[in-house]
Amino acid sequence: MISSGPAGPPLAAVAVVHVPRRAQPTAWRLLLRKPTFIAGAVILLFWVACALFGTVIAPHNPYVQQLLATNAAPSSMHWFGTDGLGRDVLSRVIVGARDILFITLLATLLGTMLGTALGLAMGYLGGAIDIVVGRVVEAVLALPVVIVAFLFVVALGPSTPTLIVVIGFVFTPLIARTVRSAVLVESQLDYLSSARLLGEKAPHIMFVEILPNVVPAILVEFTVRLGYAIFAVATLSFLGFGVQPPTPDWGSDIAANYGVLPAGYWWETLFPALAIASLVIGVNLVTDSIEQVLAS
Amino acid sequence: MTTYLLRRLGLAVITLWLLSVIVFFAGQVLPGDPGRAILGQLASPSSVRVLDHQLGVDRPLLTQYVSWIGGLLHGSLGTSYTFRTAVGPFILAALVNSAKLGALAFIIVVPLGIIGGVFAALKVGQVPDRVISVTGLSFATVPEFVSGIVLIVIFGVELKWFPVSASAGPGASPLEQLYHLILPVIPLVLVLFGYIARMARAGTIESLESDYARTATLKGLKRSVVIRRHVLRNSLLPTITVIATQTGYLIGGLVVVETLFNYQGIGKLIFTAAQNKDFPMLEAGVLTIGVVYMVATLIADVLYTLLNPRLRLGSAE
Repeated sequence: MISSGPAGPPLAAVAVVHVPRRAQPTAWRLLLRKPTFIAGAVILLFWVACALFGTVIAPHNPYVQQLLATNAAPSSMHWFGTDGLGRDVLSRVIVGARDILFITLLATLLGTMLGTALGLAMGYLGGAIDIVVGRVVEAVLALPVVIVAFLFVVALGPSTPTLIVVIGFVFTPLIARTVRSAVLVESQLDYLSSARLLGEKAPHIMFVEILPNVVPAILVEFTVRLGYAIFAVATLSFLGFGVQPPTPDWGSDIAANYGVLPAGYWWETLFPALAIASLVIGVNLVTDSIEQVLAS
Repeated sequence: MTTYLLRRLGLAVITLWLLSVIVFFAGQVLPGDPGRAILGQLASPSSVRVLDHQLGVDRPLLTQYVSWIGGLLHGSLGTSYTFRTAVGPFILAALVNSAKLGALAFIIVVPLGIIGGVFAALKVGQVPDRVISVTGLSFATVPEFVSGIVLIVIFGVELKWFPVSASAGPGASPLEQLYHLILPVIPLVLVLFGYIARMARAGTIESLESDYARTATLKGLKRSVVIRRHVLRNSLLPTITVIATQTGYLIGGLVVVETLFNYQGIGKLIFTAAQNKDFPMLEAGVLTIGVVYMVATLIADVLYTLLNPRLRLGSAE
């Protein structure tokens, strides 16, 4: 997961840099020993499998409507019942993993890459960049993530690329802030003064010297953001500004069917809701374990 | 102290100005042609042009921004595309409703979160700590509509203990209103609990490991006294700031909860405005949320300064 860096650094550097790097194989073994991590990873792998092979696994075609079997209760034929258009709920839940996972993963990756670059610049270069970007970060933070994303998605019109870019951009300042404070801690350490004395250029110091040492902080931030991205995408879909029908999606399927809850058709909303909850809990179990292992 | 407050206020003003630029950009620049967006693809170009002119969106962007921000400074939040009347009264009425819901959520979640966090810190690394941390974190990222729907299914539809709609209707007594707000408030409490508990836990752990806590223990004070007198006083200070920042997340949650439970608050207002492409209403609503958040954090910072003797007496940074 974390690269162990180039082999055989000069002896002088070993004393400073060695500590976090040697910890990595142990960290991986510590993770695998944690039941919470295993549980979370199993849940995540299950949904990743659904996302990749959903159309093969699903017992029915998630798009096919059976107008003679609408709102059918769970049975041996349809384990999770059918929705208002007679579509198989189980199949829609399985295939529904695809878009939400794809969007959240790409959005979080985008935000992490931009945020890391920005955070490195803010933390290491400081000065005007730090102040200007810091103010913009403040301003974006003054609004809940869902509201900012909502505002921009409404303005641009909902589509998958829009969701990815908007959520990625909204996450950028948040991740930049975390990376910045991690960089500030690093910049007080001796190895950076050595690098500066050796006459290394700023980009080299930022990306070659500092970056490997703030990877743990970025990793934790990435997994935390992944949870929030799922939150944001699911919420936007529920509000009608995310994945658009008829594409199977948990959030929009819930929005389409929660009107018939009072009539007793609970399976059409409850199963997608449980799918979202399980995905979020899976991500959090993994996040929490990684955080604990890195803190110890 | 005064210079600190003035500096803090100055920064808040700059942030608000940046926020207005962001909101203006999203609301006026990105949608392209509001007339086309309102009338739809089938409308004739001439009627789109007429509407654009009526709305004033065919003017240069800078002119639009100056007139918009000038209006804001004079207390005019703009004119709704949908209702063709001033946005202000709608925002105010919605804000009052949301404040009721939000206040109820805070009254419940703040003591709960602090107790949970402190308890977890005292049992750090043990089972209660892990349970509180993981469930707190999980609930914090389970979208409100998911927990809301589970609650509606169980308590609204199956058991019929609580009404499914949050609006008690006109002329309802405060107690009746409260009864209608119980179900909607739970998803908000679940989301906020994790954050507050996390912060209270971190603060408590930090002060438990501090030198003064060790000194207090070493001079023979009972553990309960150490925790009450020395640890909690210091650990809960940062939590105040976190609670203020949660106002922002709370309002984000209101969009979903108010939509789900059909409650006429600021969240429902923003959602409806977004559906109708009523950008002035949307912008005013979002900006209002930003202002509420800024005021809340400002109050928290002042409170923090007043409560923390080190900041009160010494340098303001």
